[in-house]
Amino acid sequence: MIYTKDLSKSYNGTTVLNIEELSIPKGQSFGLVGNNGAGKTTYFSLLLDLIKPTTGNITNNSVVVDQSEDWKPFTSSFIDESFLIGYLTPDEYFYFIGDLRGQNKADVDALTSQFEDFFNGEILGKKKYLRDLSKGNQKKAGIVAALIGNPEVIILDEPFANLDPTTQIRLKQLLKDLAEKQGVTILISSHDLMHVTDVCERIVVLEKGDVVKDLETNPTTLKELEAHFASNMSVSQEEE
Amino acid sequence: MIKHFLNLEWKQYFRSSYWQKSLGLNILLVFFALYFIVIFLGLGFGLLPILKKLYPDEDPFVVANGFLFFWIIADLMMRFFLQKLPVMSVKPLLTLPIKRSTVVNYVLGKSALNFFNFLPLFAIIPFSIMLMIDGKDSSMILTWMFTMIILVLIINFVNFIIEAFSAETELSFLPLIAIVGTLYGLDYFNVVPIKATIGNALIAVANNPILILIPIGFLLVCYWYNFKILKSKLFLDSSLKSKVQEVKAADLSWTKRFGDIAPFMQLDLKLIWRNKRTKSSVFIMVIGLVYGLFFYPQPMYKDMVWLFPFIGIFVTGIFLINFGQFIPAWDSGYYKMLMSQNIKYEQYLRSKFVLMVLSVGIMFVLSIPYVYFGWKILIAHFAAAVYNVGVNSHVMLYGGSFNRKKIDLNQRAAFNYQGTGAVQWIIGLPLMILPMLIFALMNWLVGFEAGIALLILMGVAGIVLHKRLMKMITKRYLDSKYKMIDAFSQDN
Repeated sequence: MIYTKDLSKSYNGTTVLNIEELSIPKGQSFGLVGNNGAGKTTYFSLLLDLIKPTTGNITNNSVVVDQSEDWKPFTSSFIDESFLIGYLTPDEYFYFIGDLRGQNKADVDALTSQFEDFFNGEILGKKKYLRDLSKGNQKKAGIVAALIGNPEVIILDEPFANLDPTTQIRLKQLLKDLAEKQGVTILISSHDLMHVTDVCERIVVLEKGDVVKDLETNPTTLKELEAHFASNMSVSQEEE
Repeated sequence: MIKHFLNLEWKQYFRSSYWQKSLGLNILLVFFALYFIVIFLGLGFGLLPILKKLYPDEDPFVVANGFLFFWIIADLMMRFFLQKLPVMSVKPLLTLPIKRSTVVNYVLGKSALNFFNFLPLFAIIPFSIMLMIDGKDSSMILTWMFTMIILVLIINFVNFIIEAFSAETELSFLPLIAIVGTLYGLDYFNVVPIKATIGNALIAVANNPILILIPIGFLLVCYWYNFKILKSKLFLDSSLKSKVQEVKAADLSWTKRFGDIAPFMQLDLKLIWRNKRTKSSVFIMVIGLVYGLFFYPQPMYKDMVWLFPFIGIFVTGIFLINFGQFIPAWDSGYYKMLMSQNIKYEQYLRSKFVLMVLSVGIMFVLSIPYVYFGWKILIAHFAAAVYNVGVNSHVMLYGGSFNRKKIDLNQRAAFNYQGTGAVQWIIGLPLMILPMLIFALMNWLVGFEAGIALLILMGVAGIVLHKRLMKMITKRYLDSKYKMIDAFSQDN
């Protein structure tokens, strides 16, 4: 589904991302982990054509992302709060996104009504602007908006941050179902190793822009990841 | 502490992506500043001979003081539209060990160094010197000069008080109009002779230097009041965090008849109606509408036909200029999202275009009563409206692709009575002056009809080429997509 070849991005000669080859098959739930500055958000931004690659390219369902816009109808994403329109209510925002993705009001209502317990009664039908919601509720609205219009690829940056524990558990179940039952390709990034190992079938570790580990998730993966990041710590301590 | 603040501002200014793009604009601003300085210098040196000539029997010093009332009113109006309280992002400072009063004092102190406060000095000081050369008592004149400087500062702070009040009401400029109108009315109908009172008061102060304590006291009161207003806003829960508003929903289903651009039009209308900053550009339309009344009733302008298209462009295009120049920055907050969505750029732009065209149409219809002052005015306004639709709207859209300054609609920055400053009006000038020049030239060479015909022709050409132009503009936006995303994701 998503094929990355010779991709690199550098700012003023400093390379922040360098991926020789990475292929993500359809229906996979794919997790990206790494410390700050590892290149996770850079990779997602490149995937959404928000920044221009220095070399190479990404192909999304055989569409070259930075040359054609045809990947947009089947790809959706929520990167950060700047994806929300502050002066709309959540309902209006969902309808707007629905309009852009060719869904009428009834379609959108049908989808959002499934998330009533996820929203915990704080989002739908409340006469409040998105800008006045709490960070956690904003995130919920953004994530659900990314599900509108039956996308085949969903990209979520740090979806678990700022969410309460109940919602985290619900979200994990939701993402798993999407990948397993509906064949949606899901890409998420996270700092929380436990959540990623719970959700993702495959985990790639980025470090300073390079892919250093590519793991199929199994019961020992969490231990392995923890060991990896802990060893990083001891290395950097020795350097000091 | 002041040193740190200055350092912060310096960095904020020069490290913003706006600076690099608007060097030309800055140069233009400096040019305008120099222009006004020269005018005021001329006024300062020339006022005494002029007054002597016009009022040979009276003391020019007394006459000049008699006119001060008008100067105060004009200055207040000018400042209201052009001068804004310096913006400072205070949120990060609140948790640091800095006294709130230090922050407020700094902001107010900085406002005293504004260009608008120095400009009158270029007239006041030469005028004082001329008076002294003319044989007036120098200690009296010096006292007067000092009083005038205090007066300038008083106007400075009174303006911020008015702005603070108008920021809280929906009708942004009504308080100003009310205050100025009342003052003027009281004087005009001789209810209270404010004009004479102000003149006499200043002369009295000049003669008894001890009375200068009164204006100083007034200045301190104004400063204290500003201080109080600002300090009360320096809490997270008052102005930094916007109040939770009840949603005002309106039925926008009529936009459906515009077809595929309907979602964007609905979004734009909500954008305009639900944000303070954009809402003010709607209210400014009212000003635009009455703008013609400054000119047309006066016989002096009756024969200045070449001016009509200028006023026409202004009246019919005020929303276009005000709203259009911030395309696409209005959407800068969620630009990344729009770019990753399944949208056609062309639809997005066309929605803005339709909105601007609608505003021109509405403004033209509303300005039809100007026909009372002559049919030529109506025709000139019509030509101007066509020109606005065909030429200026496209220029605005094209110019927008050079826009690199983010607009924070959520207004988190305190002290920010977001509105229009001097820069915005200067951008609009070429849009109004160019058609005026074209018309004036034709009017002079051939005649009125030819000038009008040329303007209309240019407008129609723009309308005919609309599809082509939109394609070109869309391409321009696509080309600068990455740059815009990058600039819009920066704060300031």
